[in-house]
Amino acid sequence: MRHTLGQRLERFNYLDVVLWLFRIGIIVVIVWGTVATILDNPYSMRNWIDLLLTGLTQGSLYALIALGYTLVYGVLLMINFAHGEFFMSGVFTATVFVAIPLNEAGLWNRHPIPCLLLVTVVAMAVSMAIAVLTERVAYRPLRRAPRLIPLITAIGASFFWQYFFRGLYGSGITAFPTVQALAGKWTVAGLEIGKTDVVVMISSILLLIGLYIFVMQTKTGKAMRAVSEDKDVAALMGIDVDRVIVITFAVGAALAGAAGILYAMLYRQVNFFMGFYPGLKAFTAAVLGGIGSVPGAALGGLALGMFESIAPNLFLEGLGIPGANQLKDVVAFTMLVLILMFRPQGILGERLAEKKA
Amino acid sequence: MPMLELQDVHAYYGNIHALKGISLTVEEGEIVTLIGANGAGKTTTLRTISGLLKPRQGKVYLEGEDLDQYKAHEIVYKGVAMVPEGRGIFAKLTVAENLDMGAYSRRDKKGIAEDLERVFELFPRLKERRNQVAGTLSGGEQQMLATARALMARPRLLLMDEPSMGLAPVLVEDVFDRIMEINHEGTTILLVEQNAHMALQVAHRGYVLQTGEIVLGDTADGLRQNPMVQKAYLGME
Repeated sequence: MRHTLGQRLERFNYLDVVLWLFRIGIIVVIVWGTVATILDNPYSMRNWIDLLLTGLTQGSLYALIALGYTLVYGVLLMINFAHGEFFMSGVFTATVFVAIPLNEAGLWNRHPIPCLLLVTVVAMAVSMAIAVLTERVAYRPLRRAPRLIPLITAIGASFFWQYFFRGLYGSGITAFPTVQALAGKWTVAGLEIGKTDVVVMISSILLLIGLYIFVMQTKTGKAMRAVSEDKDVAALMGIDVDRVIVITFAVGAALAGAAGILYAMLYRQVNFFMGFYPGLKAFTAAVLGGIGSVPGAALGGLALGMFESIAPNLFLEGLGIPGANQLKDVVAFTMLVLILMFRPQGILGERLAEKKA
Repeated sequence: MPMLELQDVHAYYGNIHALKGISLTVEEGEIVTLIGANGAGKTTTLRTISGLLKPRQGKVYLEGEDLDQYKAHEIVYKGVAMVPEGRGIFAKLTVAENLDMGAYSRRDKKGIAEDLERVFELFPRLKERRNQVAGTLSGGEQQMLATARALMARPRLLLMDEPSMGLAPVLVEDVFDRIMEINHEGTTILLVEQNAHMALQVAHRGYVLQTGEIVLGDTADGLRQNPMVQKAYLGME
């Protein structure tokens, strides 16, 4: 809808002024910081490219996890805050019961590919089982409750699983066995890049493409999209809505389980709390891309990963803030606040008003 | 045995007593219409038959089988399809994907392909637009899509909720022609309409619904001759 200038001025209030000042302030800080950094030039081109690659690797993990948030939001309009725990449960279990015994048996580095495939399958299966159980026990009975109630339940489920696995496997940090074959770096076109990073990026991209094909082409994928538009009408087509919802949780959790293994290969440690920050970051990525949109989650994940990798050095270093690269979480969550203020529908999302029409 | 039988059905929306003892029958091969004002309970009756709403009292029988034990999606497998109120198409899916969803309950690929050809014959416009996102169709085309989608289930009983709503008069005629055609091909139809004039032209029998109760049931001709119907629903004095 278009408004005349007069109408726009009438609707303009002090909050808009504050928001505009805030926007201008942010832009000034970013431009100032960037110019100062560039003039100062503390890093070589090589450093920047390294940061970018780190960001891409991290971002592809965020993208994989973000899909779980976005799929569930798509069908239920619910933020599943326990998704980070689905991510943790799979990789933690697979590490304790599969990866470490295989390593102790000496098989881990003798046959790395079957071993990695096996831990990945186990992690995905455990994540899926935890997700399906959570949906069945905690979420399904609340299907018709007001939307705030499942949200709080999800936070409760998140704590439950964290402390459940803490009780099961202990509160310490468990080392994920190093894969010797992926320890070094490859040199591609004069660029050095960690072998693990390459594996993480390629696996993520393949999984993202696989999911996109699943959602767009298969009968179940189409049914998921139908359920996300209108559950009653979907039921009138003969679609078992509850079953589609379970599948949605399972698919999202399977991706989170795979992301967990990639994460463990990258950081080589697991613990009961490891799902919390990646979960929040992936949620940010899903909102950034436009929650409910599958390509949006992928794009949002990559964007967030690169942004939090480069932004502290680029924007903040020049302002003389010490240890800028330790502020990446601040940058990421500032970004979440900014999106919620200025573009709540995200990059590829539609306006919420349209979504619920 | 009637195709569909409702016996003293009571249904509620929260605390609102929406259906107060509806009894009706639909025989195989018939077009039966339910006419009545806004809020009389026409849509609620269809939702109760399709299983989206469960009756609190009374029974719905499909060919003698009690439908109470089945969920909405299971009733589709029994041969009941619905063209929902306000069309209810999947706006973000393409026309072809919407039709795929209509055939969700079926496994016979060959039969589905045949029915796709058949609905494209019935509604050639949909064939032209098969790869278009359904939300971009005009109102009339969306109505065609909703009807075609229901036919893709190859139903024996088709429930239609206000198929003429919001359509231009020329299109309304067209919609009712299609309804007759579908019926001639052997599908039993229960038609809910506010446009009593058109509905009574195509239907064999009809029921008049007032505030959740059936006040009159007769052949379509009988209803058209009835002074009360003429006054209240056909706009004649």
